[in-house]
Amino acid sequence: MQDKVINTMKLEFTARSVNESLARSAVSAFAAQADPSIAVIADIKTVVSEAVTNSIVHGYAGVEDKSLCPIYIHCKLYESSRLVVRLKDRGCGIEDICMAMQPLFTTDTDGERSGMGFTIMQTFTDGFKVRSEPGKGTTVVLEKRLKR
Amino acid sequence: MDITCERRGEDVVAFIRGEIDHHNAKNARDSLDSIIDESKPTTFSLDLSGVTFCDSSGLGLVMGRMRKCCSVGSVLCIQNPSSAALRILEIAGMDKILKIERGV
Ligand SMILES: Nc1ncnc2c1ncn2[C@@H]1O[C@H](COP(=O)(O)OP(=O)(O)OP(=O)(O)O)[C@@H](O)[C@H]1O
Ligand SMILES: [Mg+2]
Repeated sequence: MQDKVINTMKLEFTARSVNESLARSAVSAFAAQADPSIAVIADIKTVVSEAVTNSIVHGYAGVEDKSLCPIYIHCKLYESSRLVVRLKDRGCGIEDICMAMQPLFTTDTDGERSGMGFTIMQTFTDGFKVRSEPGKGTTVVLEKRLKR
Repeated sequence: MDITCERRGEDVVAFIRGEIDHHNAKNARDSLDSIIDESKPTTFSLDLSGVTFCDSSGLGLVMGRMRKCCSVGSVLCIQNPSSAALRILEIAGMDKILKIERGV
């Protein structure tokens, strides 16, 4: 049987760190319609925060004009209570995705990043994909079952 | 997010309350580092009982403060981590590197 999409949400905002909490609140409010547990909501907030932070910190690193730095989020809620969240930036992209996914791998030079973002996204979701092209941008697709 | 601190003899406890993300980690870093620099405590404890949200930026904040404490001869200790804070620390195995105290 085909799993039907029963609701969708699209969000576009500027890559400013103040929008990190906006993004995770919006996606968790969308997910709350399916009445998930508090633990599932916490997982969703965390993984959305990771992906958005990566776009801001890495994707658009060094871009002064923030009006050129959009982040797009597209959420789909399926009949089976599956949530699919696609987060996309038009930033610098990732040269080697395999390497970037390794726990503790970071290109951060400031010393305050742990290189655990992708590992956290993987751990707290039921499905996780990264597509990226250097110079074009990065898309992360996160999937979470809202009900067991 | 809100940070307060308490001196207990040679030791200092800093209480972090609210959400730790990349947006407010920078301020947290600056306040915690100035507390560490000014007090140079024997043990610097971070009380995370009031943390309602934490992502990898919180992990970076803790790892960075561990290095900071090392550089001034203090020992970092985590106190009463909330479930939001603990699950992130555990993913990185920080619970095995750091002393974590509960019920203090
Ligand atoms: N949207 C993105 N655009 C460009 N590069 C990215 C993007 N997301 C991740 N990366 C690259 O992948 C690396 C690993 O990302 P990951 O989130 O796992 O760790 P981090 O962001 O460096 O540290 P942490 O998430 O623990 O604070 C980053 O250091 C960066 O080089
Ligand atoms: Mg990251």
